[in-house]
Amino acid sequence: MTAKPRLAVFKFASCDGCQLQLLDAAGLLQIADRIEIAHFLEASSRIEPGPYDIGLVEGSISTPHDAERIREIRGDCRYLVTIGACATSGGIQALRNWGRLDEFIGAVYASRPYVESLATSTAIADHVPVDFELRGCPIDTGQLVELITALLLGRKPRTPGECVCVECKARGTVCVAVAKGIPCLGPVTQAGCGAICPAHDRECFGCYGPAEAVNLVSLTGFYRQRGTSRESLLRLVRSINGYAPAFRAAGDALEAEATEAAT
Amino acid sequence: MSGSGVRKISVNALARVEGEGSLHVRVANGRVEIAEFSIFEPPRFFEKFLQGRAVHEVPDLVARICGICPVAYQMTACHALETALGCTTTVPIETLRRLLYCGEWIQSHALHIHLLHAPDFLGHDSGLTLAKVAPELVERGLRLKAIGNRIMEVVGGRAVHPINVAIGGFHRAPAGADLQGLLPDLEWALGAAETVVAEVSRFEFPDFARGYECVSLKDPAEYPMNQGRVVASSGLDIDVADYERHFEERQVAWSTALQSVMLPAATPYLCGPLARFNLCFDQLPPRARAAAEACGLPWPLTNPFQSIVARAVEVVAACEEAVRIARAVQAAISPCRVPFEPREAEGCHATEAPRGIIFHRFRIGADGLIAAARIIPPTSQNQGQIEADLRDMLPDVLDLDDAAVTHRCEHLIRNYDPCISCATHFLKLKIERT
Repeated sequence: MTAKPRLAVFKFASCDGCQLQLLDAAGLLQIADRIEIAHFLEASSRIEPGPYDIGLVEGSISTPHDAERIREIRGDCRYLVTIGACATSGGIQALRNWGRLDEFIGAVYASRPYVESLATSTAIADHVPVDFELRGCPIDTGQLVELITALLLGRKPRTPGECVCVECKARGTVCVAVAKGIPCLGPVTQAGCGAICPAHDRECFGCYGPAEAVNLVSLTGFYRQRGTSRESLLRLVRSINGYAPAFRAAGDALEAEATEAAT
Repeated sequence: MSGSGVRKISVNALARVEGEGSLHVRVANGRVEIAEFSIFEPPRFFEKFLQGRAVHEVPDLVARICGICPVAYQMTACHALETALGCTTTVPIETLRRLLYCGEWIQSHALHIHLLHAPDFLGHDSGLTLAKVAPELVERGLRLKAIGNRIMEVVGGRAVHPINVAIGGFHRAPAGADLQGLLPDLEWALGAAETVVAEVSRFEFPDFARGYECVSLKDPAEYPMNQGRVVASSGLDIDVADYERHFEERQVAWSTALQSVMLPAATPYLCGPLARFNLCFDQLPPRARAAAEACGLPWPLTNPFQSIVARAVEVVAACEEAVRIARAVQAAISPCRVPFEPREAEGCHATEAPRGIIFHRFRIGADGLIAAARIIPPTSQNQGQIEADLRDMLPDVLDLDDAAVTHRCEHLIRNYDPCISCATHFLKLKIERT
């Protein structure tokens, strides 16, 4: 990379929460001296044209215009990094992927809205090659700083690949699934949040998306045996990262089972 | 650019606001023909996919509408659903909810004042370049923001998208020691926020006095956050349940956000810090009120560029309230959650997000799942007023060049701290001049 690498931040359909992680004391000032922030609309009205060394992309692709825009951005960025559940799995708004778009539009707007929507909300990697993914809803500021630091140093970023259970045990939290019988996605969700939900006496609901090589169908089968309804498991799995492949497969399997049971 | 011909000014992507919007202005022979504030953030259809979800999931889902003000959505949804289900929480639960909301106000306002808005007054593109010439100002702002975040972590479990908020209260009560542990930082923050009020009130403000119809919640006992009646400058004073009879959302062709108007005359209105400050000045806690009085600006404030002062006064108020609550809650509250039973029901509620009043209505079906949801965020309510301000301000600034007009328009829009992700999402400026 050049002496002062150029960083760009781009937003697609999202809540702004992930780029906000860059805009706090722990994020911004740690990297501000080492990089040139060339394009970051939320932070600066000075916008420099590409190419950029690092492009951080927040949000999912949900409009025809955005599907075009991400291709241009890919061409402008040496490293393209997706940040957050929306960019890495389609996000909460990917719940529309199982419905009909006209019903979704009708629920919010009286007439056709100003912006055209696609029938699906999908991950950035479904449209262009992505160099690295940072998971989370929202992402963790520490991981973001580590990622940028690693790219600046030309080494591989150190981010966790294990599941939330590992962090939960390390923290000494009593297992909510075992001790309280609460269906928890900790065994299949990628670590990174610090296992905060079980530490607050509640289930993990999968903010960080699936960990590597997990068998969610087996886990939902286990919770089914313990008496949790298909419908509530389907809602648990089909949520913030519901369209991530591993979660999607488990959700679709539960739905197929429910349909079969009904007929 | 003057004389005959159309003058167009376009900002295709407005900076330093949350989300994606644009501005389109068309001036013909010195007359403003179009001043449209467009929101082109892709729609995310929250109202639709909330249908069929379980009641207990709603706080986690609505948080995702906005990464800057998730607590506003969580608090409004919790209260609306609790109203529907007849679930009455306790005073200690409501006290901690107020503390959580204080955290959100502090972090959101500190971010806007220091990184998004102050650069306009001090001639900078961003808080980053401002930090090079005024490091103490920016560092103070970031520390204030970090303290707001810390409150959200202690009470809500996480600063962005808190995980500890539940229908009926909290999943787990924060430990008394953790609340006490906030105090040294909060006491510093209170003093720092007073300094911020003094500093921002000395900024140079463009001359632009307005006669706003201010709208906010009002509660006789406290500065409004989680509760109150809906009041307006013109004398409106209604229960939250009657909100939809007095305010209406309309779809406009140039925006993915619906725009709200006040009935019967379909007039724009102002919500947010300036409206709250003007309508609830008497409810400000003592140090916030003293800071407002000491800064020398006359109450009520009628210049939208001075919203930064109202925002700073609210940071003092939120820090003051947070200190009071952290001192008062010595131990983990019990119970931290009041149980509820999902059943067919309907309920609504409004709270005060950092950017202004936010309204939710939910209908729960006989299956105990959400049957219908209605969410009215603050930015869609302010959108009409932003456009009215632009139309009225533009004739006074048209002798400036396009770059200067554009900057003034963007500055005006940033006065509102618009959260376009909430309203659906940000700004493009297009100015056409004839």
